[in-house]
Amino acid sequence: MISFALGNQVSANVETVILQVRGPRVLAALVVGAALAAAGTAYQGMFRNPLVSPDILGVSTGAALGAVLGIFLSLNVLMIQLLAFAGGLAAVGLVYWIGARLRGHDPLLALVLTGVVIGTLLGSAIALLKYLADPYNQLPAITYWLLGSLASISPRDLGVAAPLALLGLAPMLLLRWRMNLLALPDDEARALGVDTRKLRTVVVAAATLMTAAAVAVSGIIGWVGLLIPHAARLLVGPDIGRLLPLAMLLGAAFLLAVDTLCRTIATIEVPPGVLTALIGTPFFLWLFALARRSW
Amino acid sequence: MLKVESLAFGFPGRTIGRDVSFSLASGEVMCVLGPNGGGKTTLFRTILGLLASHDGKIILEGKPLDSLSRPEIARSIGYVPQGHSGYFAYTVRDFVLMGRTAHMGIFSTPSKKDFEVADRAVASLGMAHLAGRPITEVSGGERQLALVARALAQEPRLLVLDEPTASLDFGNQVRVLERIAGLARTGIAILFSSHDPDHAFLCAQRALLLAEGRALEIGAPREVIRADTLQRLYGVSVQVLPLAGGGHTCLPAIGG
Repeated sequence: MISFALGNQVSANVETVILQVRGPRVLAALVVGAALAAAGTAYQGMFRNPLVSPDILGVSTGAALGAVLGIFLSLNVLMIQLLAFAGGLAAVGLVYWIGARLRGHDPLLALVLTGVVIGTLLGSAIALLKYLADPYNQLPAITYWLLGSLASISPRDLGVAAPLALLGLAPMLLLRWRMNLLALPDDEARALGVDTRKLRTVVVAAATLMTAAAVAVSGIIGWVGLLIPHAARLLVGPDIGRLLPLAMLLGAAFLLAVDTLCRTIATIEVPPGVLTALIGTPFFLWLFALARRSW
Repeated sequence: MLKVESLAFGFPGRTIGRDVSFSLASGEVMCVLGPNGGGKTTLFRTILGLLASHDGKIILEGKPLDSLSRPEIARSIGYVPQGHSGYFAYTVRDFVLMGRTAHMGIFSTPSKKDFEVADRAVASLGMAHLAGRPITEVSGGERQLALVARALAQEPRLLVLDEPTASLDFGNQVRVLERIAGLARTGIAILFSSHDPDHAFLCAQRALLLAEGRALEIGAPREVIRADTLQRLYGVSVQVLPLAGGGHTCLPAIGG
């Protein structure tokens, strides 16, 4: 395929490297970066708080518990990914279900508090499994997963994760104007004619699907979903219609850059979770100093 | 336009007001007066359908309020809440544009007409020069005017304003009251609350005195705003003085 595109002969090895190893990894970095940034954008608007990340409702912790359980039970890679994906969805589903039943409170506050509490609970379940895990085989695998990595992504992983992420993206793109209303106080948005409960449910479901699909194949990569939406908002303001595409582009470019460094700066692979903050922090501070715009 | 019959209102599980009845015709202005915690905001939120009524009826343009969907209510009632500052940095124009939501499809983005209506609403409040500024970077008074503009962009037939003058300087208070009177002349019914009984004298045809969730008096301001009713409402002594031009004003007596 490559030789056809380039018009001359390319060895089978090169073709394997590009199509089976590097290609999927590059695409995965783009997809995961864009998905995390999009979910972060939606959540920061919805929770009216720029310090919110896609993990706020427990999707990453749920996914981590699923993956850790899979590793603990010595399941195969596919099952581990499946458990991670299901764990992410289940955690947010649980949080949403409980949060919606805490009537008489601000619905967003109920949701966030439930998210924090359930997240802590799942976190201790992860700690327990780590404690019980075999320290020579399982524990390193667990640690490795929790730090996130794009190194071992196969075309098949990508073929499943990317369509799921796109499925989550579709409602966000369609609702890009209406989602702005969620940034208003609940009463105001409702008085303007929005069924906020329904809209929030759709956005949470879409963001969770995107994040869970990304995390299931990449492990936990922090920072992107928290700070990329900020960077984008500093550049174009809070309107979701402009913010969402830019945040996705920035997220994709940023994670690709980080992952490229991860595999090139040292003889061993550096986990992206380490480098995102290392590169991202100065970048963000520079942008913050440069922009003269409030959130 | 709006008919409220022996309404009981409050939060889920806690009724804070009952037996409130009144009706409001197109072009009519009604001012709700009452002490802090007297139930003004809760009454307004119930009339907007944001809180479920506990008893009684609310009839909006001939239809029971609870039979209407959120967009249907939003096309009929514009709401100006008490302003707050925790918004994201939307431009004044984008902020006012949100008033068009109920006129748009679920997946739509604003049309040319939506922009025109929003721009007209911004201009009608003398804010055209601020349209491109972030809502977070205008003064409290300007933000309040942006909330009014957003409600006007809804093209409502009833406007509910919760203490629209609360954070405004004297000049802007007068401008908002002038605007209220002007809107009423175009046929919009207006329900607003205020902490200043003079505001009822200035631009309302009727006043509703609300204390502990009950309507103490409803009627023409000059008939219901009296020294004795203000004493009962606020617990302070006030003189209500006739003015040379035919109006009235309230003057509190500060005890020595």
